[in-house]
Amino acid sequence: MRLRLTVPVELFAIGLAFLLGMLVLFLTGYPPFSALWALFRGAFGTRNAIGQTLTQATPILFTSLAFLLAFRSGIFNIGIEGQFLIGAFTAALFGISFRGLPFPLHAILALFSGGFGGAVYALFPALLKVYLGAHEVITTMMLSYVALYLTSYFVNYPLKAPGWVAQTEPVAPSARLPRILPPTQLSLAFPIALGLAFLVLWFLERTVPGFSIRAVGANPEASENRGISVRKYQILAFVLSGFIAGVGGGGEILGVHGRFVDGFSPGYGWDGIAVSLVGRLHPLGCIFASLLFGMLRAGGMTMTRVTKVPLDLSLIIQALVILLVAAPVLIEQLLTRRRKPRRSEV
Amino acid sequence: MVVLSVRGLTKRFGEVVANDHIDLDVEEGEIHGLLGENGAGKSVLSSCIYGLYRPDEGRIFLRGHEVHIASPFDAIRLGIGMVHQHLTLVPHLRVWENIVLGREPRRGLRVDRVRAFAEVERLLEETGFRLDLAKNAGELPIGVQQRVEILKVLFRGAEILILDEPTAVLTPQEVDQLIETLHRLKAQGKTIIFISHKLREIFALCDRVTVLRRGKKVGTLPVSSATPQMLAEMMVGRKVFFEFPRERLAKEEVLFELSHVFTDPPGVPLQDVSLKVHAGEILGIAGVEGNGQSELAEVVVGLRKPKKGKVIFRGRDVTAIPPKGRILQGMAHIPEDRHRRGVILDFSVKENLLLGFETEPPFRKGRMTLDFARIRDFARQKIQEFSIVTPSEDTPLRFLSGGNQQKVVVARELAFHPLFVLACQPTRGLDVAATEYLRHILLGVKREGKGVLLISADLDEVRALSDRVLVMYEGRIAGELSPESDEYQFGLLMGGKALHEA
Amino acid sequence: MSLSQIINLSLFQAQLRMATPILFAALGGLLCERVGVVNIGLEGIMLTSAFFGVLVTYFTSSPLLGFLGGLASGFLWGLVIAVLTVRFFGNQIVVGTGVNVFGLGLSAFLSQKIWGSRGASEAVSGFAPLRSDLLARLPYLGPVLNEHTFLVYLAIALVFVLHFFLFATPWGLRLRAVGENPQAADTAGINVFRYKTLGVVAGSLVASLGGVFLSLGHLNFFAWGMTSGRGFIGLAAMIFGKWTPLGCLLSSLLFGFADALQMRLQALGVLPSQIILLIPYLVTILVLSGFVGRAVPPARYEPYRKE
Repeated sequence: MRLRLTVPVELFAIGLAFLLGMLVLFLTGYPPFSALWALFRGAFGTRNAIGQTLTQATPILFTSLAFLLAFRSGIFNIGIEGQFLIGAFTAALFGISFRGLPFPLHAILALFSGGFGGAVYALFPALLKVYLGAHEVITTMMLSYVALYLTSYFVNYPLKAPGWVAQTEPVAPSARLPRILPPTQLSLAFPIALGLAFLVLWFLERTVPGFSIRAVGANPEASENRGISVRKYQILAFVLSGFIAGVGGGGEILGVHGRFVDGFSPGYGWDGIAVSLVGRLHPLGCIFASLLFGMLRAGGMTMTRVTKVPLDLSLIIQALVILLVAAPVLIEQLLTRRRKPRRSEV
Repeated sequence: MVVLSVRGLTKRFGEVVANDHIDLDVEEGEIHGLLGENGAGKSVLSSCIYGLYRPDEGRIFLRGHEVHIASPFDAIRLGIGMVHQHLTLVPHLRVWENIVLGREPRRGLRVDRVRAFAEVERLLEETGFRLDLAKNAGELPIGVQQRVEILKVLFRGAEILILDEPTAVLTPQEVDQLIETLHRLKAQGKTIIFISHKLREIFALCDRVTVLRRGKKVGTLPVSSATPQMLAEMMVGRKVFFEFPRERLAKEEVLFELSHVFTDPPGVPLQDVSLKVHAGEILGIAGVEGNGQSELAEVVVGLRKPKKGKVIFRGRDVTAIPPKGRILQGMAHIPEDRHRRGVILDFSVKENLLLGFETEPPFRKGRMTLDFARIRDFARQKIQEFSIVTPSEDTPLRFLSGGNQQKVVVARELAFHPLFVLACQPTRGLDVAATEYLRHILLGVKREGKGVLLISADLDEVRALSDRVLVMYEGRIAGELSPESDEYQFGLLMGGKALHEA
Repeated sequence: MSLSQIINLSLFQAQLRMATPILFAALGGLLCERVGVVNIGLEGIMLTSAFFGVLVTYFTSSPLLGFLGGLASGFLWGLVIAVLTVRFFGNQIVVGTGVNVFGLGLSAFLSQKIWGSRGASEAVSGFAPLRSDLLARLPYLGPVLNEHTFLVYLAIALVFVLHFFLFATPWGLRLRAVGENPQAADTAGINVFRYKTLGVVAGSLVASLGGVFLSLGHLNFFAWGMTSGRGFIGLAAMIFGKWTPLGCLLSSLLFGFADALQMRLQALGVLPSQIILLIPYLVTILVLSGFVGRAVPPARYEPYRKE
């Protein structure tokens, strides 16, 4: 999978998805154009809006990079939502404890601990897949539910802070990632995510393990023949994937919320999958696509406030993008209206 | 009387013209050969006749009436049947289910098994085959599977049978049996189109032969008025040499050895396999595919651990060493089925040349980064050295021809002067030019005093190149023969009989 | 608290009830997989049909029409998935993911619009349980099997229908051939695309029955995300059942037991609900790993291109 020059396919898919979304609005009695306008205003209209868009884009960028890395090795890590949550939880724990540590160190270590939490959580299905042949789509999916309920349990019972809301105590100030665009919630997590995208790109294209991971994903048999261990590199990619998702979760906690709140993730893991696919499984593509989806989420909140259109419209648009991007041949045929002698191949 | 006629048939795949305005006439009741080297367009032509492809131009006539064949369904209805090169049985269905698939006799909603058996058994009588109808098709040896394919075709009432390279997977004796079967079918009035690139079979079987070259028809002539030299030149377009010089260069030194190797399933279990490859020698392994050759290759390469026995390279026991280690010690491997095991089609030429070497200096600099300047230079050097035809070193490998893809594999494997080369079906699917090139490479390796283990299902190739030949049957070494031994003797060993049996 | 409070008749009745949606998902997945399509979108199909079942019932006051509405949505989804994966060679896992997200989004969106709450709909009339005197008199097994909604019995019947279809009829034979070796089927004159489409549409239809069961047969309203991963658990049940209808039945009963146990324990307040909710998912993981890669799927999961 490479970033070919035929980018129009994805753009067309996105455009078509928006059109269909507006059709849905029209059919259900909502004002399509006002909703769209509110969406764009909420995403780009003001400085605060842009800040909100970037804030929403940040965790999505993390999770999309996580999915990408695993996918390149041939692994469908659908459970990045779970690894994201566990990473968030671990980072929160680290941030609450170890109060003696000074600012940059505490934050950095807390972030890393989130990564390790995600990595360990991904190691488990990785081993199950590689050594026992357990299909990773189902195991990671199950583990996502497990992560959801497990963290919910902790945050509702043993680690619950006093008060009504199901959340932990706040993390120490020394563990927080500083805000970079007040009064928005945009934190250092965003530039970290950007940097990570380039790091992943460099890793895949320019390093030995990155090359091996790509080889294993592109043709496992040929790789084995040349002495590249499929097991080793699939586990590596899987674990790194969990690490990145975990860092993303940590970034959300340390940058935005400051504590672990039950249900804080509106499904950033799922967004990540869609973004990865739209971005053609290339880190730079992920940056652009996560900005788009961040825009959907940020603008969506304004859209709901102003026009009462349910927030879930963004999920619908997202799903349409995924479906349209899934079959590039469909878009190609729509674009070129080719209905003729392809039939010899169909 | 002409039963099948093709006029001006043209089929293109993108830029490539696989069939270029071909005219063909097939007489009723004849065995008509379709001869050409790999890539000449024989399979494409027959696939068009059978409805697997739709021709871009051209017309097809059956007994004088024009017909349109849009799918195999149409072809079958018109009485045309095809037995493919790659067998198309469904492994987990029974033999009888495979035969009746698509034309199942019914009783109410169910498949009428009793009637199915009755009809198939009638066919068995007509053809003289013997088959266990209740077995799973995947469990049969390949020669038997082919008979099931023929029955499939006859069950549908085919009057015209197309056989695409049917002998590729048969022992010489099984080839004789097939020839006998085809003669019997001809006597029943069936028409047969026999596709092959093997001259010997064309002469043994066919009444007339049409030669294709690079998508065009070169000519049609009665076999009785043709010579092998004539046909070969028509196939290739220039004079062809059949003989390689036979040089005895083998030394005492044993470069590679397998010692009493046993393996377990999955796959064909190897039983007490021992062999030695000397420096300056090509040891050939002949045998019908599916008798343990793939498993043997896996043991040699290090992808399969023997239950018992040793793998010895240059006097050292390497049984426990994984593929990577063996590569670094000087063992090279040209795998069969290069698309699956040899190359990564989505990777560039450069990346494919790097595959397996990326962890070593000079391609690796520092702890884990790649030195792209070195990698690029290496790629360019190899492209020139092996005359690999490619727009650049960054072109994805899927855009190269089969022969050039194989050149990339060979260039990579020989890059660091290995002492031992395992070559599995190295010329499969390559045209004559690429085949000749590859064989010269292997002979060159031998001349440099290194060792080659050649595994090939193409008996002619094994006999032409090897200094000694071992024959494999059901996971064992059935015997050793000199390459000059009679083909019949090879056939005995390949078929599992001992040499003294007749 | 005694063991008999946990393990008793109603637990087994619940087991059968909770096995039903999983069985529908497993059978639906089975039909798709047998033609070579991995239907990851079963979850979304079930959620959509659960929603539309309630929606149609709400507007027509007829659960029967609701049932048909749910089926219709399953049929439509089947067509979409078939077109995208078979005709346009789309990536099966990507398409499935899209179906799941769409199901979540659409159901919440419309739920908000119609009932003002994305969380739950209003209650509607569901299906009445069926009672048989004959079964009531059967010892042990009778009471367990009695007094279920018709969907439960339909699921069990479907197991045998599919078994017959796949292994005794010509169309079942062709379906299996198409999945295992599409090339062979093609050269035998079978229309591979037609059978693949058929398998996917039929599979989606069967799976949608599971969704309708959840919203109309088991409860009588729609709640956001009420499928809770059962589409995936159904796939696990199918794998564990070695891709046969009878196998699906047995493994669904296992998962149904885990689910029923979880609900029983929650009702008794033994442990915090979140811990108990983990049970079915952990069981699924155990099943998949304990099953040690001897699982050989019966089909090839690539789009079929004539080349």
